[in-house]
Parts: sequence; C-alpha cells; structure tokens
Amino acid sequence: MKYVMMFADTEQFAADLAAMDESERERAYGRVQQWFAENADKITHHQHLLPPETATTVRLGGGEPLITDGPFVEGKEVVSGYAEIDVANLDEAMRMAKSWPACPIVEIRPIAG
Amino acid sequence: MTEPSHDQLARVVREHAGRLAAALLPLVGDFSAAEDLVQDAIEAALTHWPFEGIPDRPDAWLYTVARRRGLDLLRRDRRHHTKLALVAWPAEPEPDDRLRLIFTCCHPALPRAAQVALTLRVVCGLTTAQIAKAFLVPESTVAQRITRAKRKISDAGIPYRIPDADELGSRLGEVLAVIYLLFNEGYLPSSDQQIGGRDLADDAEFLAALLQQLMPAEPEVMGLLALIRLHRARAAARFTVAGEIIQLPDQDRRQWDHAAIKDAGRLIARAAAVKRPGPYQLQAAIVACHAEAGSWDDTDWAQIVVLYDMLLHLAPSPVTQMHRAIALRYVAGPAAALAELDTLADQLDDYHLFHATRAELLRDLDRFEDARAADEQALQLTTNPAEQHLLRQRLQ
Repeated sequence: MKYVMMFADTEQFAADLAAMDESERERAYGRVQQWFAENADKITHHQHLLPPETATTVRLGGGEPLITDGPFVEGKEVVSGYAEIDVANLDEAMRMAKSWPACPIVEIRPIAG
Repeated sequence: MTEPSHDQLARVVREHAGRLAAALLPLVGDFSAAEDLVQDAIEAALTHWPFEGIPDRPDAWLYTVARRRGLDLLRRDRRHHTKLALVAWPAEPEPDDRLRLIFTCCHPALPRAAQVALTLRVVCGLTTAQIAKAFLVPESTVAQRITRAKRKISDAGIPYRIPDADELGSRLGEVLAVIYLLFNEGYLPSSDQQIGGRDLADDAEFLAALLQQLMPAEPEVMGLLALIRLHRARAAARFTVAGEIIQLPDQDRRQWDHAAIKDAGRLIARAAAVKRPGPYQLQAAIVACHAEAGSWDDTDWAQIVVLYDMLLHLAPSPVTQMHRAIALRYVAGPAAALAELDTLADQLDDYHLFHATRAELLRDLDRFEDARAADEQALQLTTNPAEQHLLRQRLQ
C-alpha cells in the first residue's frame, strides 16, 4: 500500500534546531540521512519544504481568488516535508514513523486508488 | 424444549460470534465483509432461537446462515466469488484466530470508542442496538462509529495480524484498556440502564478470560482477569435489594464468592512468578488484600499502601494517589491522609469521589461543617443514582 508521510515541525522543535551549534546540527541531519538510507527500499520519493513564511495560499470558490501570505492553517504545527512510501500495511508505516529521528509529528495518510 | 433465557442466548452467541468471524475473515479476505456476514447470522439467530430454541450445534447453524448470505453476496460482487466458493464446513480455526481479531479491533489507529464498539460487535457478537443501549447513545451513533472504523481498517491498510514481539507490549496495553473500560462501564454504570440490558462486566470478563486462554504467559492479562473476577466475586454484597450501595466496610463478607476469590489469588501468584509487574497485577493484588481479609479491621493496610506506592511508580495518577491516601488513613491516621489528599485538590476538583473521600476524613477529624460542604460538592458532581442516594443519606 502507498502512503504519504507528512512531517510536521513545532515551534519548540524549530527553536531547538536553531539553538544547536554547527556540529550538533550536522549530527541531526546525519541521522535523517541515515533514516532515508535505511528505508530507501520503501521510499518512492521525498521532499523537504522551505519554511512556512515562504508559503502562499490561494482560496478559490468565491469570485476572485483570494491570495494570502503563509500556510492555509495558521498553527503551531507546520508541514515541513513529505515522503511517499510503499509498504505492506499501516503497521509497517507506523514502524517507520516511530523511528523517524527529526521533527516531532508524522502524519500517515493512505494514497487514494 | 424450553425457551432460552436472555443470558443463555447472549452467552451462546458470544461464544461463537468471534470464532465465526475469525474463521470467515481469511476466506472472505475482507474484514468488513466477513463482519457483515457474521452480524447477519447473529441477527437471524436472535430472531429464531428465542422461539425455536438454541440448536445443538449453534456454530454450525450460524455458519450455515453466514455461508448462505455470503453466497448471496458473491452473486452481487464477483470479487468474492472464488474465495467464498472455497468455504467448506467445518471451519474450526486452529489455532484460535480470535487473537488477530482482537488486535485488529483494538488497533491504536482507531479511536477508543470505535475500538470498544468493534470489539463488542466482532468479538462478542453484540448487535449495534445492544451496544447503543449499553452505552446510552443513539443506535445511529454506534452504527456510524462501526462503519467509519471498518472503512478505516480497509482504506488505511490496518492489517489483520498479531503484533511482533517488539510492539506487543504497547499493543496489548490497548486491548487491556478496552477491556478495562468495558468492565468499569458494566461494574458501576453511570445511570441505571442495566436493568434488563446487557451486563458489560460479563463481556469484559469473557474477553479477559479469552485473552488469557490465547496468551497464557502474559502476566498483565492474568492481572486484569484476576482484577475483574475479584470485583465480580463481591458483586452480590455491593447493593441492597433496593439497589442502594453498600460500602466495603459494611458489606456482608459471607455473601462474597470465596472460591472465586481464592482462584483469583492463585492467578495473581502465577502472574507474579513471571516477574514482570504491571498496573493490572498491582490493582488486582490490592483488591485481593481486601477480598482476602476476614473483616474490614483485619485488612492489611500497610501492604495496601506499599502496593499503591508500586502502582504509582509504574503508572502515576492523581486518582491512584487518592486511593493511597484512603489506605494511609488506617496506617497513619486521618490527619495524615487528609494532608495527602489535599495536595490533589487542583487535579481532582471535578471528581465526586475526591470530595466524598474528603468528607469522610473530615468527619473522622470532627470537622462536621467542612465534611458537609464536601459531601454537597460530591453530590453535585455525580450522575449515578446509587451514589447520589448514598450521599443524600449522609447529608441527612
């Protein structure tokens, strides 16, 4: 089954990351790279996104489209990346998510069809 | 032939519903479809058996109906065709596949209310109407919960499997939490819907016993089963004929089921021998201290305080701390107990038993005005008629 894992950051996580020194941050990125390498056979593709201040939201449906700055949900949790995976079932996807070494929230969503 | 009683019917359906679902599921290959077939068969049984009597082989009867409905279904849906065509009697699952069924119903990706409803329906064979009645919610709410849960199982790819060893601990915790919730709902329902309705405590004991049979080496399963049996062994002494609560110190201990208490004690000892203590084993051990005491005064309070300390270490909770304070009253006196209880005021202000407990300690300390105020607060916070009655009596 195919799923998308959506990785979400919290303010706390962003602050912790910002407070790290160069070598700590490198180790953190290293752990993420290692996770992708270990799960390479299950990951179809993945992307990291630029921070939410770079986002633009377009709202349709009421005449002229409404353009706003920022993500569509203003919240403390923001999507920072995604990975499409192909695994046997939800338990396997959950097992992967539990071993994710970076941001503190992972949403697992099955792909339709 | 004598007409079967309500309880007999429930027991026979419960014994076979889960087995049938477990047997059909691998054949049909789809959780939702198998579950629908079983429910249809149960509905048919509940229509026929009250008049025709329970057949000699209820499993064969249910299976035949499910199979017939299944064949109807596959005529409409060719996807199931080849699979259902293979279904041949007998279909005794070996080894018992109900364990997979239980773990799927209690999957952590499902909300608790759905886990509870699914487990009752799929493993215990309750109808949606029976579940709705037991929980005092509209039937449409339960039906929707079940439909959504079954859709999620299929759409999100929740597997039909027993978790691996490294996930078993937390997954078993989900299952035990569902059974414990059911037991609490049945043991002291939050209103008096029980009369003529379903005894959920009985379903909880059935599930715990089934789990113990399927996972005989798990100490927490033994602990939960012992806990449920210890509580139920004392059920006869808990209420007056009029349905009023009799509190533990005033209960007639001769009415307790002492053989069941002894059995539960042995189960606790067996669990303890595994040397993996857990919250259910400790709670069972605490209840056993009460159940094995010849009288209220003979209760081993020091032992109970130690068990609460261990329980708080494993599973910290303000309610547990409150119970420790109650036990402490008999070891260190009411003033010490009240001091400990008062540290919980912020966390338990909405909990009626916190105020009722405070009232008792205040009365022990001759602070009658304060006790009265605490009892009044407790009365405002409970919806259970038996508890309301007890508190009103104290206030008179």
